[in-house]
Amino acid sequence: MAERKKGWKELEAGGVIKEAGNSKSYKTGDWRVQRPIFDAEKCSQCMLCVIYCPDASIDVKDGEVVGIDYEHCKGCGICANECPRLALEMKNEAEFRTKKKEKVG
Amino acid sequence: MVKTLAQTGTSAMAAAMRQINPDVVAAYPITPQTAIVEEFSQMVADGAVKAELVQVESEHSAMSACIGASAAGSRVMTATSSAGLALMWEVLYVAAGCRTPVIMPMVNRALSAPINIHCDHSDSMGARDAGWIQIFSENAQEAYDNLLQAVRIGEHKDVRLPAMVMMDGFITSHAIERFDILDDGEAAKFVGDYEAINPLLDVDNPVTHGPFDLFDYYFEHKRGQAEAMNHVKDVALKVAQEYAAVSGRQYGLFKTYQLKDAEVAVVVLSSTAGTARTVVNKLRAAGVKAGLLVPRLFRPFPALEIAESLSHLKAIAVMDRSDSFSTLGGPLFIETSHALYDLGKNIPTVDYIFGLGGRDTGPDQIEEVYSDLQDIVNTGKVKELVNYIGVRE
Amino acid sequence: MASLKDIARQKPRLASGHRLCPGCGASIAVNQVLHAINYPVVVTSATGCLEVSTTPFPYTSWEVPFIHSAFENAAATISGVEAAYNSLKRQGKISKDIKFLAFGGDGGTYDIGFQALSGAVERGHDFLYICYDNGAYMNTGIQRSGATPVGAATTTAPPGKESYGKVQRRKDITQIMAAHQIPYTAQASVSYWKDLMRKVEKAMEIEGPKFINVLSPCPRGWRSIDGQSISLAKEAVLSCFWPLYEVEDGNKWKVNVKPREEQKTPVAEWFKKQGRFKHLFKPGNEQVLENIQAEIDDQWQRLLAKEAASPKEQ
Repeated sequence: MAERKKGWKELEAGGVIKEAGNSKSYKTGDWRVQRPIFDAEKCSQCMLCVIYCPDASIDVKDGEVVGIDYEHCKGCGICANECPRLALEMKNEAEFRTKKKEKVG
Repeated sequence: MVKTLAQTGTSAMAAAMRQINPDVVAAYPITPQTAIVEEFSQMVADGAVKAELVQVESEHSAMSACIGASAAGSRVMTATSSAGLALMWEVLYVAAGCRTPVIMPMVNRALSAPINIHCDHSDSMGARDAGWIQIFSENAQEAYDNLLQAVRIGEHKDVRLPAMVMMDGFITSHAIERFDILDDGEAAKFVGDYEAINPLLDVDNPVTHGPFDLFDYYFEHKRGQAEAMNHVKDVALKVAQEYAAVSGRQYGLFKTYQLKDAEVAVVVLSSTAGTARTVVNKLRAAGVKAGLLVPRLFRPFPALEIAESLSHLKAIAVMDRSDSFSTLGGPLFIETSHALYDLGKNIPTVDYIFGLGGRDTGPDQIEEVYSDLQDIVNTGKVKELVNYIGVRE
Repeated sequence: MASLKDIARQKPRLASGHRLCPGCGASIAVNQVLHAINYPVVVTSATGCLEVSTTPFPYTSWEVPFIHSAFENAAATISGVEAAYNSLKRQGKISKDIKFLAFGGDGGTYDIGFQALSGAVERGHDFLYICYDNGAYMNTGIQRSGATPVGAATTTAPPGKESYGKVQRRKDITQIMAAHQIPYTAQASVSYWKDLMRKVEKAMEIEGPKFINVLSPCPRGWRSIDGQSISLAKEAVLSCFWPLYEVEDGNKWKVNVKPREEQKTPVAEWFKKQGRFKHLFKPGNEQVLENIQAEIDDQWQRLLAKEAASPKEQ
């Protein structure tokens, strides 16, 4: 359900946005036509995917790559292309969506 | 302690700048504004002011740097004229849209082409839709007083809009006049400290300035900006009251001279008002009920108040020191006529475009204007709606 | 310099959810640059892909203070921010050590933004300017800029019966900036993340104006296959189309990556992977390709000569 958009009286003067990084609430994962599948066994934790991901969508926990942020991953394929251990493989996004429109993730 | 000086208009504005003591000044030289920045530069070199002076490489960069400095959280000033203002055109709108209260002496000079360095109002008139507060000064005293007040008006929390304070190029900027300046302490107290809102330099509370609006938000942001402009009139009057208490000089939305019982009147901006005043005196001595109205605030345009002051007249002449080439006359005429329209009185109002490119306009020509007004009153006929006075045929 | 493991622990200062294309080199550049800066930083960006895609109201991807004002004035805008900082610091109103960063695309840097950039560095403001160079005005639909490579197809210099695409030589902005004799000038590529981040870190410790030009592939404008942004950025370096080098004070040149004979890719091989050059492989354009290769080889030799002629470290 779309949020009600603010009227002019409620908006900050000059269009200033005070909520830093609030773009996280916008799910660019909807854009995908392919998604990377992460194989933790193959991963050497080199972190190249982290430094090459354009969308900060490699999930890192306690300094270790644990998976993909599918809410934001756009499926560009760079991580799979650059991974030296082939721990990431691109698969067709359609395989992961049911026929009904479902939430990303 | 009041100090009386005999200096140029540019010195008057520099004096005000010194007392305002902004945090940042980013400016580029252009005749006839140059002396303001030169004087201020000397003040910086002598440590007389605290400003970080940025000697930018163009006026577009001057205004851009001002926006950056203001959004960062500091009090900012610049100054320009003519082509410099024109070069800033894009970023004038940005400054207003970003709600950065940049304060700017603007020395009126004709726009090219052909290139001309002398006075007319085409520069500030060209920027009248940019969302800036526009205040006109007849002489050096007003230039000084207006600049101090502009800081308080523009920075007011209900306004937060940039402001330009005009004075006539060469006529006021370069002529020596007597004017009084406030005691430094009084001026500093009047101007007060700048209270930044959403400053960039508050790194613990990161904000984004100047976002990308699509059609779903731009209109709302602009509506908010229009509302701010709606507040300027009241704020300007309140600030003027405060200023009167400190300086002893009264300011309003406009000035009038012998207008109350006048039958015919001229509406004119800036230094020409001085010449017009001498003509009014001469005509009054001869029994003509002549009057004068001199707008001070041009943006926002105080339409209601101006119309009310003119509502009893039998004929009005607006004198425009710029042509908007609409073929309907100059900007002051267009706005004044519109203000009068709502009175429903149909007072014959005509336009006289004069003084373009620094063409001197003397008392004789203004007398002609009043004489034309009397003809209109006597015959009930308007010969020409838009007239050009002082130009060789 | 921080290891990748340390970097991985950092919270990204460009949040996800921005609208840049999948595989956009600009976002990779910004991520790497921000990860290399261990200071509070205020950022400005010229109008362009980066600005538009990271601040669509009411969203912002910036976790740091950010300002955009116009297209041609990133350097002027940041000059103002830096001036305000200096003023307020001098007045004792600010004590934090804050750094200033300006981003501009090649359009907003080489062309319309050049005056402001040149002026800002001439005045000696303390800031780092990063150009994310993707070789065209991509945000408005791939029009040619001063950075567009010779032979590339853009909408305003398209190949046709009478033209093979862009005919003018690329403006060498990095060398122009080095000629300003600013403390630090460099060229980097998103594929060589370590080199890029080392350069940014180094720049942060230098006072005064710094300029780094970062090759940032645009899959859309380059018409390349998904997922190739990094490999293309790497091949650009290995073909010597985009040398990695740094210049201190305008006279100490150091070339960072010198491809060995067997590594040095013919530029045509790099071109083959990008649709924007595909017309060059039609019969009749052989000379164009030869000229391009000759030009690249010549520029490469000149660069090596500059390094050789530089004053040596004491």
